[in-house]
Amino acid sequence: MDLMEYQAKKLFAKHGVAVTEGVVVETAEDARKAAEEIGFCVVKAQVKAGGRGKAGGVKLAKTADDAFEHASNILGMEIKGLKVNRVLITPATPPVEEYYFSFLLDRSNRQYLCIASVEGGVEIEEVAKTNPDAVKKIGIDPGKGVDEAKAREIATECGFPEPVFEQAVSMIQSLYTVFTEEDATLVEVNPLARLEGDKLEALDGKVSLDENASEIRHEEHEQFVIRDEEDPLEAKAKDKGLNYVKLDGQVGIIGNGAGLVMSTLDVVAYAGENHGGVKPANFLDIGGGANAQVMADGLDVILNDEQVKSVFVNVFGGITACDEVAKGIVGALDILGNEATKPLVVRLDGNNVDLGRQILSEANHPLVTIVDTMDGGADKAAELANA
Amino acid sequence: MSIYLNKDSKVIVQGITGGMGAKHTALMLDSGAQIVGGVNARKAGTTVTHKDAQGADVELPVFGTVAEAMKETGANVSVLFVPPAFTKDACIEAIDAEMPLIVVITEGVPVQDTAEVWSYLQGKATRMIGPNCPGIITPGESLAGITPHTITGKGPVGLVSKSGTLTYQMMYELKDFGFSTAIGIGGDPIIGTTHIDALEAFEKDDETKVIVMIGEIGGDAEERAAAYIKENISKPVVGYVAGFTAPEGKTMGHAGAIVSGSAGTAQAKKEALEAAGVKVGKTPSETAALAREILQSL
Repeated sequence: MDLMEYQAKKLFAKHGVAVTEGVVVETAEDARKAAEEIGFCVVKAQVKAGGRGKAGGVKLAKTADDAFEHASNILGMEIKGLKVNRVLITPATPPVEEYYFSFLLDRSNRQYLCIASVEGGVEIEEVAKTNPDAVKKIGIDPGKGVDEAKAREIATECGFPEPVFEQAVSMIQSLYTVFTEEDATLVEVNPLARLEGDKLEALDGKVSLDENASEIRHEEHEQFVIRDEEDPLEAKAKDKGLNYVKLDGQVGIIGNGAGLVMSTLDVVAYAGENHGGVKPANFLDIGGGANAQVMADGLDVILNDEQVKSVFVNVFGGITACDEVAKGIVGALDILGNEATKPLVVRLDGNNVDLGRQILSEANHPLVTIVDTMDGGADKAAELANA
Repeated sequence: MSIYLNKDSKVIVQGITGGMGAKHTALMLDSGAQIVGGVNARKAGTTVTHKDAQGADVELPVFGTVAEAMKETGANVSVLFVPPAFTKDACIEAIDAEMPLIVVITEGVPVQDTAEVWSYLQGKATRMIGPNCPGIITPGESLAGITPHTITGKGPVGLVSKSGTLTYQMMYELKDFGFSTAIGIGGDPIIGTTHIDALEAFEKDDETKVIVMIGEIGGDAEERAAAYIKENISKPVVGYVAGFTAPEGKTMGHAGAIVSGSAGTAQAKKEALEAAGVKVGKTPSETAALAREILQSL
């Protein structure tokens, strides 16, 4: 789960990282009130996307009226397709110098990585291109972590200047605490600013949390889920415990196993090239079980997607044999009754496939077409979606 | 021959008394695998009873620790059906006991736990497969995991895959040829055994004539495997990559299946594999057809 800036800053503050949290508001009037308290401030769009500044989503406000005006303009604007529902009002503290600092999961090397640069903060990508040596990459052994000695090593390697060096050592340890205590896969400060009076402060933050960890040991991370920022169908699917991702297309997809479902999306997209360019409408993995209730819940979410014109159910019967899956589909259509309105193309393969297909044929549901292969099913579903 | 697992493998189950553990202990026994016991500290000294492949009752001892189970049974493989919150400790216990192979089926393990286990495992005697994987099957010999053993039998195809159901699908499509070993390495961002490890083992395995490699979006494991194949693999390799239509920044079911910026795309993986001389199928069935063509020409 990616956090917004104000949420990331909340976690920074919790673990002793020098940061000014500011005030999050949802209306321009509240922005004015916050600015009256704060004075010279920055109005910052809160969306999970980079490039907010370039998109006009970050503005300096000298007066409360300025803050009101900027907030009016920013609230409701779209940044990279995401609507801005909140702005953060935070004191304007012009940096003397800007740095970049992050901890992240290094999948390739199966460890953690610190990436940092004291030459340029927000322009880090430019620095990486023009002066790659200025961007330091330091591997962290997850078994050893970052103690004070390691933090000193990192701060030295990065070249933090003397007046802020000790603050950097302390902040590096605090940021590593955020990374491990909160089970993050990314903790980024950009810019990490040297302010007037040689004070080091995180002016912006980005945190991604590991949902597996949130699930089992961070109940408190639930506070970061903002309902109005979620796709309504994805929220509904999540409530039902389904693994669903909304996409932009016309063919609803249900399958078992993440790999098979990803593969199904691809095969449907290829088939769509011959049928008016229709595309897969979603990712939905119903897992190994595939009983009637799970199947019904899955179909219910997909059929509520107005874009969907047909549904492709693609199941390989492994542990759960095809006859069980077929009973699940028939049962799901019973549960849904008149709610089921769109054609269903079903491909079953694997254990007990003949019995599974027989159960579907005997049920003889008017919406169901049985197909033999995944490629054939994708073609049929795409054809029906284009009808 | 085979890789990592054979008819002599003695398998214990960590979490043998849980729902998943019990169900799959029965299925592993049914496949003919030598399951010799299990571990659950709270039920040490008890037994569980299942049927073997011939339908006879088998009484399996439950031990308090992995070390004790190894000492009493001579086990050299452990399969873990332990809830995600306890998986790290269960892995470390098995590593401390110097278990040669651990197969971690559990889905939903925090990635920092896996990272710590991986760090702990360095320089130790244990190989880890998974987490979040279907495990490993050497058809007709042994099964350590949840792969259905009824799909196909022994044969010349070696399979390594990030995905469980695509493993089953591919075994099914090539069931008339059979498999030396099929290994599901798992869909998490950090895993113990990689495509490269399996490729290296298959290259050395006399029984394996053709290697099928299945990847998916996220990370750079496929790109690294492609570079490895180019330098080190003489056997024909057929590949498949899932997730061409996955949008950037969305996790597609597997915790590791995410395109970040322009990194980890299926297109880049396919291109890297093709540049290494791997024939890459556009769909699972096309991939099977490519493998079939090679198998028929052997």
